[in-house]
Amino acid sequence: MASKKTAAKTAQKTSKAKAPTAWDRVQLARDAKRPHLADFLREIASDFEELHGDRLVNDDRALIGGFATIGDEKVLVLGHHKGATVEENMEANFGMVNPDGYRKAMRLGKLAEKFHLPIVTFVDTPGAYPGDTAEARGQAEAIAKSLEVFAGLKTPIVVVVTGEGGSGGALAIAVGDRILMLENAVYSVISPEGCAGILWRDGKAAPLAAEALKITAADLAKLGVIDEIVPEPAGGAQKNHKLAAANVKKAVLKAIKELKKLATEDLMAARYEKLMKMGRFN
Amino acid sequence: MSWFEPKQEKPAIPPAKALWAVCPKCKSHMPKEEWKANNAICPKCNYHGRLSARDRIAQVADEGSFEELFRAVSYSDHLSFHDASGDYKSKVEATIAKTKETESIVMGKASIGGHSVMLGVMDFSFMGGSLGTGTGERIARACETAMAERRPLVIFSASGGARMHEGILSLMQMAKTSAAIGKLKDAGLPYISVLTDPTTGGVSASYAMLGDINITEPKALIGFAGRRVIENTIHQKLPDDFQSAEYLEKHGFIDKIVERKDLKAFIAKMLSYWGF
Ligand SMILES: [Zn+2]
Repeated sequence: MASKKTAAKTAQKTSKAKAPTAWDRVQLARDAKRPHLADFLREIASDFEELHGDRLVNDDRALIGGFATIGDEKVLVLGHHKGATVEENMEANFGMVNPDGYRKAMRLGKLAEKFHLPIVTFVDTPGAYPGDTAEARGQAEAIAKSLEVFAGLKTPIVVVVTGEGGSGGALAIAVGDRILMLENAVYSVISPEGCAGILWRDGKAAPLAAEALKITAADLAKLGVIDEIVPEPAGGAQKNHKLAAANVKKAVLKAIKELKKLATEDLMAARYEKLMKMGRFN
Repeated sequence: MSWFEPKQEKPAIPPAKALWAVCPKCKSHMPKEEWKANNAICPKCNYHGRLSARDRIAQVADEGSFEELFRAVSYSDHLSFHDASGDYKSKVEATIAKTKETESIVMGKASIGGHSVMLGVMDFSFMGGSLGTGTGERIARACETAMAERRPLVIFSASGGARMHEGILSLMQMAKTSAAIGKLKDAGLPYISVLTDPTTGGVSASYAMLGDINITEPKALIGFAGRRVIENTIHQKLPDDFQSAEYLEKHGFIDKIVERKDLKAFIAKMLSYWGF
């Protein structure tokens, strides 16, 4: 696919510049000054109407959803919310989603499907919330169901990994037709600290684990997990929110325009094949 | 064997450990022979212990009915991964040599009480039953074959979660298997998920929780996050029964806890209700 070639080219360009290590990128991806969901929305959407709740028990503030206009496209936006201030961090549970958040995402996803509106998701979470209440309300089931539901939603889905793609908690809203990833974002099956603790028996080995796990945008493009790397301003997105957001907007609109040309059955077949190709060998 | 054997300083396994089994739930001791004879079920507390995939297949599938598929689909070292204790490739090759399995799930066609099914059974002794690219590929192919032959799918899970040695591609197997199972369910075929001790992490958060019915065995550990991680997050000790089969059933995520001796008949009964 053409977009894959683009990703590989961008990856090459990126590595030629003074290349930050995987661990450097982990720090950039977690930088509190990095643009978060609210910053991106402010820059790229001309309007946004948030909708609340899972219709079961709660409105999870770690996962925000609502309808928005981006350029000339009406879309559903779903995204992790980390918050910028301490109060916001607490309210948003640092972007760690409970089952209620994933159930809200599925509910709104089905609503977008009903009106055939594209879905754009913004991925930035350390991981799904590891708490007793999350287990009691079925964290495993909520993530599993999200994966099944988003794989089957009959409407285009564009995913943007903007910061930390933390394992299953990220993946639950990252199944889609085009996977975009910011240049300094990371996306991993386990946090480097967690992996180092288990396989190195030393949390301080996290930089080594970060390298070994291959979690950067360039790595993921090579592995065929993402389609396109979205460039960041020099020094990282935190240096210039406007420019970072403009790049995201351009990539998202291009992806939506391409996907809207496909008949629904072709879109679904391509999404299924994209998932089946992950790690396939002969 | 030589006529002279040098005196061994340290026996490879301490004799006490070699002869005695300890129930991981109630800590009661019993001779290993007794544990085995009781089908890895604790006579004191009824904890249903781990079985190898082959032992499980022998108990669930009708005699001689299991026809293994996809054995050539094995692990893949996409990342050339290595950690403090060496490289993934040597580790997994040693596991293959030891377990005689080539992935963490054994997949094949079988009949259960006369009902034709596609049967997958995970083996916890294969790298902690971790979900690797080979595991995901076997499940995806099983779904395709099951759809082509109109077979119900039955999967016994036993896993600590995604296989981190295969990095992001192991995470992607959660999405891949969930998509394949969604398609199978949409095609009107039943999927029975049996979550056995333990089923956690990326496996509970994908195909294991997606059954048309989810069933389990007494006292099995089922959850998403690990107990210690949760305790560190909430700064509280968790009750003993947290993430047990009984806890999951009470909270509405398990249809039924079924004793090992009744599993085969229960699965067959469900399939006959549904006309398969
Ligand atoms: Zn016991």
